[in-house]
Amino acid sequence: MNPAGFSEQVRRAWAIARKDIRIYYIKGPVLIFGIFMPVFLFLAFLMGSRQLPLAFLVSGLVGMALFFTATAVSPAIFPWEGQAKTLERLASCPITVEAIVFGDMIASTLFGIGITLITVIIGLALGLPLLHAITLGTGILLAACCFSAIGMLLAVPPTNTPSNIMMLSSLIKFPMVFISGIFIPLEQMPPWGLALAAFSPLTYFTDIVRYSFTGTNYFPVPGDVAALILFTIVLTAGTMYLHKRTMPKRM
Amino acid sequence: MSEAIEVTDLTKIFGTTVAVDHISFSVKEGEIFGFLGPNGAGKTTTTRMLTGVIPPDSGSALILDHDIQHQPVMAKQGFGVVPETSNAYADLTAWQNLMLMGDLYGLPHAHASDRASDLLKTLGLLERRDQKVQAYSKGMKQRLILAMALLHKPGLLFLDEPTSGLDVQSSQMILSLLRDLSQEGTTIFLTTHNMEEANRLCNRIAIIRSGKIVALDAPEKLKAAIDRLHRIEVSFDRDIPANGLARLPGVVHVDRTGDKWQITVEDRDLVIRSLVTFSQQQGAVIVTLNTLAPSLDDAFLRLTREVPP
Ligand SMILES: Nc1ncnc2c1ncn2[C@@H]1O[C@H](COP(=O)(O)OP(=O)(O)O)[C@@H](O)[C@H]1O
Ligand SMILES: [Mg+2]
Repeated sequence: MNPAGFSEQVRRAWAIARKDIRIYYIKGPVLIFGIFMPVFLFLAFLMGSRQLPLAFLVSGLVGMALFFTATAVSPAIFPWEGQAKTLERLASCPITVEAIVFGDMIASTLFGIGITLITVIIGLALGLPLLHAITLGTGILLAACCFSAIGMLLAVPPTNTPSNIMMLSSLIKFPMVFISGIFIPLEQMPPWGLALAAFSPLTYFTDIVRYSFTGTNYFPVPGDVAALILFTIVLTAGTMYLHKRTMPKRM
Repeated sequence: MSEAIEVTDLTKIFGTTVAVDHISFSVKEGEIFGFLGPNGAGKTTTTRMLTGVIPPDSGSALILDHDIQHQPVMAKQGFGVVPETSNAYADLTAWQNLMLMGDLYGLPHAHASDRASDLLKTLGLLERRDQKVQAYSKGMKQRLILAMALLHKPGLLFLDEPTSGLDVQSSQMILSLLRDLSQEGTTIFLTTHNMEEANRLCNRIAIIRSGKIVALDAPEKLKAAIDRLHRIEVSFDRDIPANGLARLPGVVHVDRTGDKWQITVEDRDLVIRSLVTFSQQQGAVIVTLNTLAPSLDDAFLRLTREVPP
């Protein structure tokens, strides 16, 4: 066994993910939030805008559910653990910062996928046809990885006050939802809106979901997938690099 | 390999505070090395640099032949840590905490379980293994943290004030386990501000003050220097000049709180005799006169004085 080797570090990242799931995700309030928030958002949508078709609404809902759940808990994990001094314990264990970040990403990816599947089931229960299941599955998987990298990126400022980070991440997350074609279809956006939308990975995921449910899409689907892969790689590399630099400041 | 830890010019600066100031020392394989100093001396900062938690501003540390900055994972694989502040996961049970450590150190599951059971039994926690750490007392937490540090059978163990603020039972249990580990060949780096503890346990002690090592020797040799120091507390019925007291033969240092003078001395007998003469000369009456055992502060004072700055 080479403790510093790639496969051994991935195994240790998995231990971090299991710890996260146990401590931070399988908790009554977190699960209730995860399940009910999309449902309530959906109801609000449904009542607010009767002129938009159900398929469009459900696509937006799935997009939001994944985005919010995959970024809900992970930004606060480092501040929590910094405060509880368990982060110091991890820092003295034979695991790299990259592997710790990767473990946190795995946990939020799994949580995001789980909750999103529930919203997909809601959509199906409402009688929506699922036209492209494999495309949707691929999209959810990729986007979950991508959004969990965003969640960890939001955790980069080395504060040990979870509320600061939660505030900051809301300030970034909500505007992202508005520019990503969830409330306003991309077709109806002004050019500057489209330019902004292109910088949000959520745009491409929402496009994939709409294609899966309605068969219509704005960007070519392979383009959506490629964009998500690119965002995932860049954001993951970026968040790992930044965490490596800021980790000592948390101690 | 005969040095478990080799530290060269290690330095850490926080803002304008030089917490650790170019210290160099080495710890031999198999010894119990004490790092003794008052609060704020830089013990925790040093331990955190040696265990790869914070990077030094300059200098280097070789831990078990691996540079802690350049090969952190390889170095960390070889040692265990009991940090200053308790930090097991409060939301996990003792058992889950131990299994997490097993995974983080890459131990096979069966091996980790056997070892965890043994350690919990030795440390008197086996019955409470499925209880969340939240419900643990401070002493139980500290015992669990020691078990977590020992799970992978490290050859080197760092402990940062492991017994401070603990109940006698936990503290005894930890110290006796440390003795057993040392017998089995484990190298131990122990920080403490308790001179007696260091004296009883350690093969060698480094005394740190304001980020600098002011003495490094076997406890008996340090004690020899310290045992020569005593304190006398005296009060008079009227004001007397402080520099007059300081000039008396055998007086090392004079301090005053309220109406009492604390005098650090080398030769009690000599100073008491000269105090009597001195009070007569000043026309003062001695109201109280107590002799006190040497305190850690006296020792530090003495040791800082002996080392050229
Ligand atoms: N994270 C930090 N930020 C700023 N100053 C610190 C930090 N950690 C320690 N210090 C300062 O460094 C000095 C040494 O502290 P420390 O290593 O904790 O001492 P000890 O463990 O011997 O009590 C103290 O003056 C302390 O205030
Ligand atoms: Mg300390």
